[in-house]
Amino acid sequence: MSRAAAAHSGSALLLGSDPIRRALYLFGMMPAVWYFYLGLTDQLGADPQNTLERALGLWALRFLVVGLAITPLRPYLGPRLIRYRRTFGLLAFYYAALHVFVYLVLDQGLNVQAIVADILKRPYITVGMLAFLILVPLAVTSNNAMIRKLGGQAWNKLHRLVYVASIAAAVHFLMVVKTWNFEPVLYAFLIAVLLLYRLAKYAKKRARRLSEARA
Amino acid sequence: MVAMLIKHRPDIAPSEIISRSVYLRRREFLAGFAAAGLVAGLSPGFLRDAQAAPMKGAPSPLSTTDETVTPLRDVTTYNNFYEFGTDKGDPAKNAHTLKTTPWKVKVDGLVNKGADYDLEDLIRDIALEERIYRMRCVEGWSMVIPWVGIPLASVLKRVEPQGSAKFVAFETLVRPAEMVGQRGYFQALPWPYKDGLRMDEAMHPLTILAVGLYGETMPNQNGAPIRLVVPWKYGFKSIKSIVRISLTDAQPAISWQEQNAREYGFYSNVNPQVDHPRWSQATERRIGEGSGLFVRRRPTLMFNGYGDQVASLYAGMDLKKFI
Repeated sequence: MSRAAAAHSGSALLLGSDPIRRALYLFGMMPAVWYFYLGLTDQLGADPQNTLERALGLWALRFLVVGLAITPLRPYLGPRLIRYRRTFGLLAFYYAALHVFVYLVLDQGLNVQAIVADILKRPYITVGMLAFLILVPLAVTSNNAMIRKLGGQAWNKLHRLVYVASIAAAVHFLMVVKTWNFEPVLYAFLIAVLLLYRLAKYAKKRARRLSEARA
Repeated sequence: MVAMLIKHRPDIAPSEIISRSVYLRRREFLAGFAAAGLVAGLSPGFLRDAQAAPMKGAPSPLSTTDETVTPLRDVTTYNNFYEFGTDKGDPAKNAHTLKTTPWKVKVDGLVNKGADYDLEDLIRDIALEERIYRMRCVEGWSMVIPWVGIPLASVLKRVEPQGSAKFVAFETLVRPAEMVGQRGYFQALPWPYKDGLRMDEAMHPLTILAVGLYGETMPNQNGAPIRLVVPWKYGFKSIKSIVRISLTDAQPAISWQEQNAREYGFYSNVNPQVDHPRWSQATERRIGEGSGLFVRRRPTLMFNGYGDQVASLYAGMDLKKFI
């Protein structure tokens, strides 16, 4: 790979060369900037850490849902939409990373013992951490250079892990609340629909392939 | 006996603990809040302020006076009161619809003087006290609140429990027309919200029925017009907007235990050694402490720091079992 291409993919990770993509990143990061600003100026209410932590987690989930919605929406909104799937995936990762940062640094004060105990003993934190750890390799490989290096097929296979991460994220949200709330149920429902769409499509494709093989 | 319970001398008024200027500016906070609410098409702060009337209580030796009192704004805008929604900001937004006058409290069960009492009659002539207590939520945060109230024991003596009464059960109002959380598809809990105490817990001098805070009548979002405060137990035991007090011989069902028996027990004493299944109870975040995002957790104390007064109630009980 040429140095120019490397530099290009490096900048693509941050902002992208496409103006729409760049705008999506800028607008997409605005809630984070806004929440941190409110937090640092003491405008996040009585429990600012918790409010910030939850807001960041919720935005991560929102971007995951949008990312998952791209494929089913392509027939309606045009195939070019796929260009922005990676943008939303990376936004989801950035928010998940900030969410984890707030938990580790601000909430737990980097108390390793408490954090390890939390991850091992608290199922909702175990599941949440799993979701985040899955997103890490996906984010690292979300650039043109890595796609070329891995090859399209392997890359696609790897990135199917986002389905697992989405399920884990939805379950994490359902488990963190003390009782049935509307929001976690809504996100679990959206993710379920988006994954079932893929499952149905896959089943159909397989059935077609089987019948073709028989014919 | 009371002398034995004295832990700190009540020589500091809450108005001195938070700076006096902040205390005097509390209405500005409310006004600011009302303005914010009006922008959003709501006016909870304004209504709360219009409803608030002075409600002073005499200082009590049972108050916790060595800690900074949580700002009124935080006490009245960060609430778990699922009858008005599950978000902690919901009660401050939605509770203004609750009508607290007239207010009846049904007293029934194993009592000699069971009746539907007007609230004024139930608490008439019982001296109001100011009780500054720590409040530890089961979710891992805490506050210090200057309540105004009366000992629950005084009210119970008035209604004359029978010898066979071993427990006191409480119920919160059910009035969907005024409580938005009791309407619609997503209702957090089965209503009415229920809680209960063992008789000795109910009769303990620390246990109060609160009718105000910060020297004013109880804000709706904090459980107006009358609520329980049991400072050594997790906050959800301090049931709000009480309409029924029943004396029973069997341990009453409580809402959170019914909702999830694995996670919540009848006693629910603050205990840093017994974790909630989903999170640790070893530490807590004190609301209003620190600046902005930087709040350090503090260790949670056994019985929320009231062990000297209440540990004897549980002598011989395995508190890992009786959660």
